[in-house]
Amino acid sequence: MSDFEPVVVVFACDYCAYTAADVAGRMNLEYPAGIRIVRVPCTGKVDSLYVLRALEKGADGVLVAGCLDGDCHFKNGNLRAAARVKALKRLLDEINIGSGRVEMVQMSAGQGAVFAETARNFVATVQELGPNPIKHAASQAA
Amino acid sequence: MITATRKPMEEILKSVEPFSKILLLGCNECVTVCHAGGRKEVALLGAALRLGRLQKGLPMEVEELTLERQCDPEYVEELSRTIDQYDAVCSMACGCGVQTIAERYPSMPVMPMVNTAFMGASESHGVWAERCAGCGDCVLGYTGGICPVARCSKRIFNGPCGGSTKGKCEISNDVDCAWQLIWDRLKELGQTELYSKLMEPKDWRTARDGGPRRIVREDMAL
Repeated sequence: MSDFEPVVVVFACDYCAYTAADVAGRMNLEYPAGIRIVRVPCTGKVDSLYVLRALEKGADGVLVAGCLDGDCHFKNGNLRAAARVKALKRLLDEINIGSGRVEMVQMSAGQGAVFAETARNFVATVQELGPNPIKHAASQAA
Repeated sequence: MITATRKPMEEILKSVEPFSKILLLGCNECVTVCHAGGRKEVALLGAALRLGRLQKGLPMEVEELTLERQCDPEYVEELSRTIDQYDAVCSMACGCGVQTIAERYPSMPVMPMVNTAFMGASESHGVWAERCAGCGDCVLGYTGGICPVARCSKRIFNGPCGGSTKGKCEISNDVDCAWQLIWDRLKELGQTELYSKLMEPKDWRTARDGGPRRIVREDMAL
């Protein structure tokens, strides 16, 4: 499925990944057009439900992008988010959506290149996984 | 509080297989506090159920609602006008809630979405531990506020047994010996004479051994 362009929602922490995405833009680094960035005050704010809702609404993958270990502006929001993503992965495996569609990634505000590379790699992973399986089922049911 | 944990999704999806429209019903009491079946968990399971069913190509309508309490008829009554539109109720309350729904709405299938576990207290955020076995004859006043029924693996009343090593129970190094805890606390309270007193065999009829239990308050019953 070479023409498949995944839609990936990135919940990006304002203090790191969101700024890193900005840096990537200023550095003119390319990353796939299907990346949809949602700015959050901290990845600790990313409720498990946000991720499930994104998948329910048809996203092919979700990235939760937070600060490096020890760098969270709110002390440990990134660690809380990582724990939630781990639990979500188990749940997604249980319902056969697949844990690979959700990942937690970490970077600092200056790492524009890391943001672009992470986005490219994750989109490639999701491309291999194929479209969100609910889209096919939903179109058949309609 | 009564603690519970969500059932495995495989079991849940299997139990709702025959239905196309369900009411996913949470409870605002104990299961909310132990993050098993409150409004938040209803939303999460609702999303997971919709995704899981769509993935199988069998879309299911999931309506979400959380009652103030599922174990009280007055709150369960709230469903009377709308319940007929669903194929089944999937309850995220403890077993008491599930049964209250089943009793009030006899023709409606009711499925439990959680496994009710024990009466426990919160040790830290996200960690709950058993503290009360509901034996019906509390001895905490004699045991330094530590329950030998709920916290001793053998439920013995004149402990510790030979399986107590360095304050831990023989079943696991993660389990404290309740009688060690009792002794330490009694020492701290200056009540070691309570430990010396032999406790008589317990009458377990007040516990589950006497059959299903019931409380009737004549001053309150209508």
